[in-house]
Amino acid sequence: MAETVHLKGKDLLGMRALSPAETELILDTAGGFRDVLKRDIKKVPTLRGKTLVNLFFEPSTRTRTSFELAAKRLSTDVINFSVSMSSVAKGESLIDTAATIQALGADFVVIRHPASGVPHLLSRRLRASVINAGDGTNEHPTQALLDAFTIRERKGRVEGLRIAIVGDILHSRVARSNIHCLRSLGAEIRLIGPPTLIPGEFVQPGVQVFYSMDEGLEGADVVMMLRIQMERQDRGFFPTTDEYFRLWGLTRERLRLARPDAVVMHPGPMNRGIEIDSGVADSPQSVILEQVTNGIAVRMAVLYLLSGRPQEARV
Amino acid sequence: MKGSTGKDGGAGLNLIIRGGHIVDPSQGIDGIGDILVEEGRVRGIETEGSGFGAAEGGPYQVIDASGMYVLPGLIDMHVHLREPGFEHKETIRTGTMAAVRGGFTSVCCMPNTKPVNDNETVTEFILRKAYAESACYIYPVGAVTKGQDGEELAEMGMMREAGCVAFSDDGRPVMNSLLMRRALEYSKAFGVPIISHAEDLSLSSSGVMNEGPLSVELGLRGVPAEAEVIMIKRDIELAGLTGGRLHVAHVSTAGGIDALREAKKRGIAVTAETCPHYFTLTEEAVRDYNTDAKVNPPLRTERDVEAVKEGLADGTIDVIATDHAPHHRDEKLCEFDRAASGISGLETALPLSLRLVEEGVLTMGQLVLKMALTPAAILGIGRGTLKAGADADIVILDPRREFRVESERLLSLGKNTPFDGWLLKGAVLMTVVKGRLYRWDD
Repeated sequence: MAETVHLKGKDLLGMRALSPAETELILDTAGGFRDVLKRDIKKVPTLRGKTLVNLFFEPSTRTRTSFELAAKRLSTDVINFSVSMSSVAKGESLIDTAATIQALGADFVVIRHPASGVPHLLSRRLRASVINAGDGTNEHPTQALLDAFTIRERKGRVEGLRIAIVGDILHSRVARSNIHCLRSLGAEIRLIGPPTLIPGEFVQPGVQVFYSMDEGLEGADVVMMLRIQMERQDRGFFPTTDEYFRLWGLTRERLRLARPDAVVMHPGPMNRGIEIDSGVADSPQSVILEQVTNGIAVRMAVLYLLSGRPQEARV
Repeated sequence: MKGSTGKDGGAGLNLIIRGGHIVDPSQGIDGIGDILVEEGRVRGIETEGSGFGAAEGGPYQVIDASGMYVLPGLIDMHVHLREPGFEHKETIRTGTMAAVRGGFTSVCCMPNTKPVNDNETVTEFILRKAYAESACYIYPVGAVTKGQDGEELAEMGMMREAGCVAFSDDGRPVMNSLLMRRALEYSKAFGVPIISHAEDLSLSSSGVMNEGPLSVELGLRGVPAEAEVIMIKRDIELAGLTGGRLHVAHVSTAGGIDALREAKKRGIAVTAETCPHYFTLTEEAVRDYNTDAKVNPPLRTERDVEAVKEGLADGTIDVIATDHAPHHRDEKLCEFDRAASGISGLETALPLSLRLVEEGVLTMGQLVLKMALTPAAILGIGRGTLKAGADADIVILDPRREFRVESERLLSLGKNTPFDGWLLKGAVLMTVVKGRLYRWDD
């Protein structure tokens, strides 16, 4: 791989902090690892002797497994440190947990937490590289990177594509990271959903808001569906899931409004019949399972590039 | 940096403060002069002729204040001393030492202690503690409702007799409009203000910062400015309806200030305060999820900061208070969502407010009004003045001296300040209060 392969920062906290060049570097590097994953023997010794700690304060099987597999493919040791929210309620301090992780001698800490900004707090207190695996409603950068990678693989480019992101934008860290990432790569972004879930603040150059699914989907190259979290309904953001599906659910009929070669994405796990119809989820236009596979390659690239940064940059 | 009492500490304090620039709006004084203090009280001020030079050599300690400002001791009508119940955050002793360090000689302590100051027994406890341990004068604010629960009026009359000077459910606004109406009506019997922490809780929901592009960007739940504006407007209407006295705490929004300006034009009995952080910082201070900048109401936008300054300049905002809200380190060193709200403000308030004088927003006289004389008038306490016969509450300030804020060196137990590392201009050199002289030597 190229010679000056590293990212500027110690950590990957969000897409907001990455330059377009750094994003491109990660995507290019992921391409190489994607090839590794197609081999018969899928393991390389690149990061042998390193240790990764998965620190998850929210249940998440897919992201944690993806990081675990990415690390193992690079010969890095993995420790899964699941902290249930009940022990947080008992008064366990995040800072104490961080100190424990430090003492374990981790090189990478992958963190998932229900509060926005926690990876930033940890990054100031840990020598290890902190990788944000989803913090509150802030960011989920590796999801955006794997989405961009998948789009690039399918469409050959991101620049100039019309990408519709549909659903609960307000509470979605996936949407935030994707908006930063895809905008920086030159895509035209359309946000679609009920007004209660799309604050006007999202409107900026390159980003348009549509409350009508039909209008928003017109001519889209990519349709990215977001998961609707059931508890939002209780908080009155929309009346019922039935009404939600009727107005903003992705059906085969609706998908015809997009370009014929449009691809359908979803970060998972899906609510079939609430935001997406099964016929669409399982159609040839769906790249949902490719996203999962690509996630491993992208996370391998992130680990590799963070460890490739100059040693003196380490605190 | 330590406080020391003068050689004549106690009520027998005799001082000549010579050659300072005295600013005392209560007497229309703004010029060079001498102040004579005898037995802990102001004996007189000489602004012409030879001053009190002749008294030298007597039982008087002479302080050369040339080049310094000499002001009435400041009055902070919005402080959380945390005692009883939260002594890990602050105590009456440490909180009032921080006050005196910052140039304040009287503070009002808010009722959100444990137990809540909602009855005369707690009020008496605070005042007994204050008598023994407080570095400055303390005027308690009692709760409007029992337990600050917003359901039943607390025994305001008995608390008034015990020494409370105002009532507030600070931090837990009275959401029930009928109850707020009753409070504004009932308090008329005692001529004391109801202090409103104006926040529509159903609208602010569980927000943790100002709502706007930045909250959306950071993925933090926002509190819209309207949560404050709506409550200010409600309370103004209720003050109009009842003829009660309303004081609006820590105003942070342009909309709230517009509403107050309008209400004052209508002749409604409303006063208002703001805090240094609302005219110094914007929401940008929380960008790195900096919990030391998490405060309620939240830091707002540039436009709001400008409106706060305008409100101060045109008199819509009567008072600068600190909302000194000390917290333990562990309560700030955590997730932004879970972090306690508040800023430890007593020791930075004066230099931050002096920036308003530097910028031409306020004159020095107006600043002293807003930090001493007006709060005294609102609370009905005979302080904030250097008139002959008054207790010698005096602060001596070097307006040119710069110092760097170091949170760890604050006298308050609360080290939670977003101004850590800031270089501020305007250092308190000495504070005279309760018959003692504190010299703040670096």
